[in-house]
Formats: sequence, structure tokens, C-alpha cells
Amino acid sequence: MTQCDVLVVGAGPAGIAAATAAAISGRRVLLLDENPAPGGQIWRVGQPMPKGQAEGQTAKNQAIARLCACGASCLFGYSVYDAPSAGELRAICESGEAAAGPVPGDPHIVGLRYEKLILATGARERFLPFPGWTLPGVFGPGGLQALVKGGFNVAGQRIVVAGSGPLLLAVAAHLRGYGANVVCVAEQAPLAKMLPFAASLWSHPARILQGIQYRAALGTAPFHLGCWPVAALADEVSGKLTGVRLTNGKRTWTQHCDLLACGFHLVPNIELASLLGCAIQDGFVKVDHQQRTSLAHVYCAGEPTGIGGLGAALVQGEIAGLASAGKPTDSLQGRRLAERKFALKLEAAFRIRPELRSLARPDTLVCRCEDIPYAALEKRSGWIDAKLQTRCGMGPCQGRICGAATETLFGWKQTSVRPPLMPVPVSALVYPGLQPVSLKEHL
Amino acid sequence: MASGATAAGMGHLVVMDDSPAQLALTQYSRSIWRELMAQLPASVEYQACGTIWVAADEEEMVEVYAKSRICASAGVQAEVLSPAQLANAEPRLRDGLAGGLLVPDDGVVYPPAAAGFFLQQAVQAGAEFLQGSDAVFASQGLVRLANGTTLTADRILLSPGADCSLLPGLPIRRRKGHLLITDRYPGFLRHQLVELGYLKSAHSTEADSVAFNVQPRRTGQMLIGSSRQFDNNDAATDEKIVRQMLQRALAYMPGLGQLSGLRLWTGFRAATPDKLPLIGPAGRLTGEVADPSLWLAAGFEGLGITNAPGAARLMADQLLGRISMIDPEPFLPNRFVAQETVYV
Amino acid sequence: MSDGTVMVFLNGASVVVSAGSTVAAAMWNAGQPCRISVTGEVRTALCGMGICFECRALIDGRAHRRSCQVVVRDGMVVETQR
Repeated sequence: MTQCDVLVVGAGPAGIAAATAAAISGRRVLLLDENPAPGGQIWRVGQPMPKGQAEGQTAKNQAIARLCACGASCLFGYSVYDAPSAGELRAICESGEAAAGPVPGDPHIVGLRYEKLILATGARERFLPFPGWTLPGVFGPGGLQALVKGGFNVAGQRIVVAGSGPLLLAVAAHLRGYGANVVCVAEQAPLAKMLPFAASLWSHPARILQGIQYRAALGTAPFHLGCWPVAALADEVSGKLTGVRLTNGKRTWTQHCDLLACGFHLVPNIELASLLGCAIQDGFVKVDHQQRTSLAHVYCAGEPTGIGGLGAALVQGEIAGLASAGKPTDSLQGRRLAERKFALKLEAAFRIRPELRSLARPDTLVCRCEDIPYAALEKRSGWIDAKLQTRCGMGPCQGRICGAATETLFGWKQTSVRPPLMPVPVSALVYPGLQPVSLKEHL
Repeated sequence: MASGATAAGMGHLVVMDDSPAQLALTQYSRSIWRELMAQLPASVEYQACGTIWVAADEEEMVEVYAKSRICASAGVQAEVLSPAQLANAEPRLRDGLAGGLLVPDDGVVYPPAAAGFFLQQAVQAGAEFLQGSDAVFASQGLVRLANGTTLTADRILLSPGADCSLLPGLPIRRRKGHLLITDRYPGFLRHQLVELGYLKSAHSTEADSVAFNVQPRRTGQMLIGSSRQFDNNDAATDEKIVRQMLQRALAYMPGLGQLSGLRLWTGFRAATPDKLPLIGPAGRLTGEVADPSLWLAAGFEGLGITNAPGAARLMADQLLGRISMIDPEPFLPNRFVAQETVYV
Repeated sequence: MSDGTVMVFLNGASVVVSAGSTVAAAMWNAGQPCRISVTGEVRTALCGMGICFECRALIDGRAHRRSCQVVVRDGMVVETQR
């Protein structure tokens, strides 16, 4: 069993800021992430970009340099799967160098005890079913970006980036940096909603500049607003993606492409908070101005408290880190409030339009683990009924993909979260002996 | 619908012989399941996989022979397996086991879909299905729902599972269980495997207990159990008993440890003092004065799915005044009233 | 290998990939599906971050591993999950 004062789960911007603030305040901090390196999704490290420097590198490098200097210990490649008792989490490493169990390659399990816990578990992409969305060659925008950083070759590939959210332009620019031919970007939100959002950015000049840079990186490729995919098309013989049918509500056309990156903004990762028993409000973890959840020893920062992007994550993380160490956070409250307002505008601007709820045809799969079509689900009375009668949500993703989809499609609310938080080898639930981790070992 | 023990249980269709009445009801019910086999939709996932009762040592082999004699006298097909035959039937079991008893006609269903099938049949036959509102009161031919609706009937059949809030006087205790389901590994396992120690576990009425009980699903998934806990009304998973349960499973079948475990959940069995269900008129079980309108089908503990079709026939026979295929007497709810009268 | 590449076996074929690549990326680049779905559809990674389980593959004898979360190692044996 490993003991620390402050345990931070998630090493994206919020978690890095939290761990750094708490460690500088003199606490023994352990920062844990399931990825092999810090950065989270937005600052994910990976294969170098051939064309120029990736955006946002300065902020990231600074944050990671501060993390390295602050004295916090880090444990990468570990996923939290259980919270067996108050003040204790259990995590597993299934791959990579750290998987040095009794038998090489066997999963490695650690028990972690904490005084204070900071949840910085980030967000995932929302996927909505449309005909063809299960074809190979269709990815989430953030998903494709992550795969590219993991060596996925997009050079010369014609890519449509579609869906919703500020991520679309960033991903498109990023893909171009790796040599992709981004043929268009389609944002479902209409101009009427985007204009007030853009206007509100006057107080965030850096964000305007970044937006302009992303747009410029697109070159001549069109950026369609109020435009969304209705079907992904494949060659009947080879099964290869050939294009995507796009619509603006009035006109529908075919855009040829080799890859489609499509995701509809973000869904917060609140499973661990739910398992611990933190109060959830409107789908987000409820926190006070100190980022404290309804549980006195548990804090939460970043996307799980409201989709607010990088700026919100950094300030909330710092507040959570300071508050967990008993330090004042007054000087940060102004920034926190401004980011809160920005998050509300973000939410209003990228709200899902109703047409997206009716893209699925009767035979379109909604649950990709169990291959459950829309027709089997539309007559069910709710999430539990659908699970029991159709197996929807019963696969290894535990409903993380189809649950977010059916919430948008049918308004179904997902129910209680139980361990394991993710599929783990059965032996991980027996754990003959937890392996200790030296707090400094993994720095 | 079907969201209580039906949603939580394994769906093992099994002949159990711990009393003559239980043997009669499980055998009768299993024969009805086998008649239904051809009609069941694919979603019910019926599999005639059989049960192997696994004996760890010579002492348990004595029980295997005893069980096989009971089966033979009741006309239930069963076959004693030598250690080599057991290893051949299920190569992933650990070495050194003493043998087993194969009951080939036992099977497995996916209970929520089975319940859905029965519901659909009832609706097709003219029954009306109301859902979304709990019954909060039932007496003297009257049922009131939480949404304010009142229903009247000559006969009210109550099947409350382990939730006895409507009839607090029933001799039913909640007995908590845990199950784990794995990802898909087709061909990993062929039969439902249950350790003979399960009988001790299922019988010891008070202490928490675990037993090796693993089931192959038609999907290729494995369902791993089992645990039994009285007086634990917390629906949360209990880490300690889960560990004991899985340690037990791994002791019999070490290879289970490497499989990916997807979900873990709990459920509550409705246990009666004599381990037999309550099937028939509620009589004075629900109050000082017998209420002729109230009928019960409750208290099935771990055999609710197995016994559902047999219990339904017994109930229908009594309602219609028909003679039943098996003796309904041991299941009549008033057996508990009679006991009280004798001892008070 | 010392040139920044490793050799892996994807569905029986030996493939040279950049060190540091994820198995999911290596499989896509080699035109190999990650898994066959329960109704027989060909699937590759979707979310790229370990959440959707679409990229499950059989890696060094272990079934149902998320290939987007596993970095290639020299001599690794990977097969489409069926």
C-alpha cells in the first residue's frame, strides 16, 4: 500500500496544475494517469509533427517543467478500477514497462491511500450514431489525433472533420501538420449560435488568435457551419470508406474522403466520482468555489465539473491543489469565475441540434460492443430496460459510448456505477498481494 | 419488468434434490422448459449445457454417488464422472479433483429475456400490462398503485420477489448474492460447473458463504459466482466476499484469473425457512383474518427461473380447480400459519 | 532494432513499425482490423484513448487488450480479436 497526502487522478492540464500546486505547498503528492506520460488528451505526447511545431507547446512544456520541479511523484500507465474503502483507491497497469508483476507481462496492481483526493479525470468525445459510423475509417476527432500521435499514418489522406466543438478546428490543423489533406470541417452548430460565442471572446484575445491560426492552417478547405454528417459511405466490395454525406438542412451532398473524424463535443468522465459517491448535478460533478465535491476530502477539477477547456482546467486544478493543502485560493477566484462564464457560453454555442437525434436508421447500430441496432432500442422504456432486454451497454465499454448516445437520443439516464470501473482481469479482484510503489520511483 | 432477482440471477435451470418436494418441482419445471425450448426466441439464449457437480475429494464423491442414486430413482438422467472423465469434460478445471456428476438435461437461459417472452405470451393471450408504477396496497380484491390508480380483481397474485414491503408478514428473508461476468471467450467452458460444497453453502442458513459456480453463456462469456449473505441489505458490492468468491473460483479453475472481468453486481434472493417457495392462497399469512383474494408466488430463493413454469402451472391449476401433475401441498403458504398454531 | 523501429507480427506477417507506435496505429497502417464484432463487422479504433474498446486485439496471447493503449515491442505477436 502506498501512502500520500494528496492523490491526483488524471495528469492532463487540471491534474498537472493540481499536483504542482499541492506539492509546492509542501504536501506529499502522487499524480496518477493511465497514459504512459503526462499531458492528458490535449497535451498528449507522441510522434513528432513533421510540419512545424505543434500548437500550445510552450504552455505544456512550462507546466510539465514545473511539475518535474515541484517534488510530486508520478505513476503513469495505471488505471483506477476500484475504491474499496474510504481513503483508498486501487489501480492496475496492464501494459508497458511498468507491468512487472510476478510473471512478466502480468498485470500490476497497486493500492493507494490518501488524505485528500483530486479528481481530474477529463472528458471523452460524444459519439452519435448515424448510418456508417461503425465503418473502419471513422474515428473521433480527438481519437484520430491521439492515434496519429501514436504513429497512425495520415500523410496524403483526404479527411473530413465533422461534429461539434472547438476541438474540430484544432484537430484539423493538427492533422494538416502531419501531412493530411483536410478536405473540409463541418460544425453542426449554426452561425447564429457561433457569432455570440465568437463575440464573447473579445476578453480572451489569445483564444481569438488561436482560432485565427487554426482557421489559417486549414488553407482553402471550407469550414461549414450548421452542417453535419448524415451517413458515412463505403465501397461495397472493399468495405473501405469512400466519403460522407453532409447536409446543412436544406441541401445534402457527398464529400469524398478516406477518413472521417466525427465527434459531438465532449462528455465528462464522472465514473470515479460517482463510484465514490460525489454528488452529480446535471451530469457534472458538483463542486464549490474551492473545487470541493460533496465529499469533504474529495476535490474535482477540469471537464468533469463542466466542459470549459484548457483555461478552466488550469485554474480549477491550481485551486484544487491549493485548497487540498489548506492554502488560500482568493487570488484565483476571479479567473475561475471568468472561465466559468466562458464554459457556459461554450455550452450554449455547441448545443446539439435536434436533427442529430434522428440520423440513425432502424438498422444503425447504437451499441457497438454488442451490436444493438436503433430499432431494438426505440421501444424500450429506459436505460435499465434496454440493458436487460437488448444487452445494450453490457459490453466492455460499460455503456460509456452508447450511454452518452442514448442519453442524447432518448433522454435515458445511466444508473449507478459499480466496480470494476473498467474491465480488469478477474485476478485483479482477488489481488493476492498489493505491490508497494516507492513514491519517488516513478518521477 | 424483471428487474429484481430475475435481472441479477444466473438463469441456471437445474434439478435440485435437497427435499422430495424440491426435486419434484424442479424436475417438473425443467421438463416444461425443455418443452418450451423450440418456441423460445434466440434472445432467451437457451442452452442445454448440463450441470457438472464437481467433487473435490473422496468425501464429496460419496455425495456424488448418493445424488446419482436419488436422480436414478426420480428418473433424472445423471452420470458419475471419474477424475479422467471430469478432466476430459472440462479440461480447464485444476488437476487432482475426485470426479463429478453430470446432469446432462440441465440448462441455462438469459432470465430477463425469458421473462420478456412469458410477458409477451400473456399479453397475446389477452392480459393487459401496466408498467411504471409500484403497487403500494393490496387487500380484499383491491390494488392501489403509487400513481393513484386503483384496480379491482377477484384474485390478486403477488410475486414480489425479495421486496416484501407490500406484505411484511411473509416468512421471507433477503439473501444477498454477487456475480461477475467476463468478456467473450468462446469454448473456454462447456458445462455449468458447481462444486458439491455449494450444497453446504446453500444450506448453511446463517453464515456468509461462497461456492464455486461458473456458467458458460451462449455469447462465450462466463458468469462467475456465487455468494450468500443474510441480513445484508446493502446493494453495493462487498469487496471481502467478492474476493472470497473469486478465490474459490480460481482454486477450482485457475485460468479464470486471466479473463477480463466486465461487470460485478449484486442481487437479493427471497429465502423461506424451509427452502421451498410459497405457491397458492395467502390465507392467514397476510393477516389475522384470511383474505381470499390474495394469492402468492414467492420465496423461490435461487431457483426462481428454474421453477417459474412449474409454479405457474401449479398456480393456474389451483385457480381453475384442476388436478396438478405434482403435489401442490408442500408449497402452500398456509404451512407457515399451521406451524404457528401448533407452537403458540 | 537500433534505427528507431521494431519488428512485430500482425496476423502472422512480420511488419516493421516505428518504435513508440501504438498497436492500434500499427494495425491500421498495415491494413489489419483490430477486431471482428459480435455480428461479424470489421472494426478498428474509434476513440483512440482507451474508452470505447473497439480496438481490442489479441496481444502476446492475451485476449481483449485495448490496442490503442499498448505500445509496440520488438517481437510482439498481435492478432485480430475474433
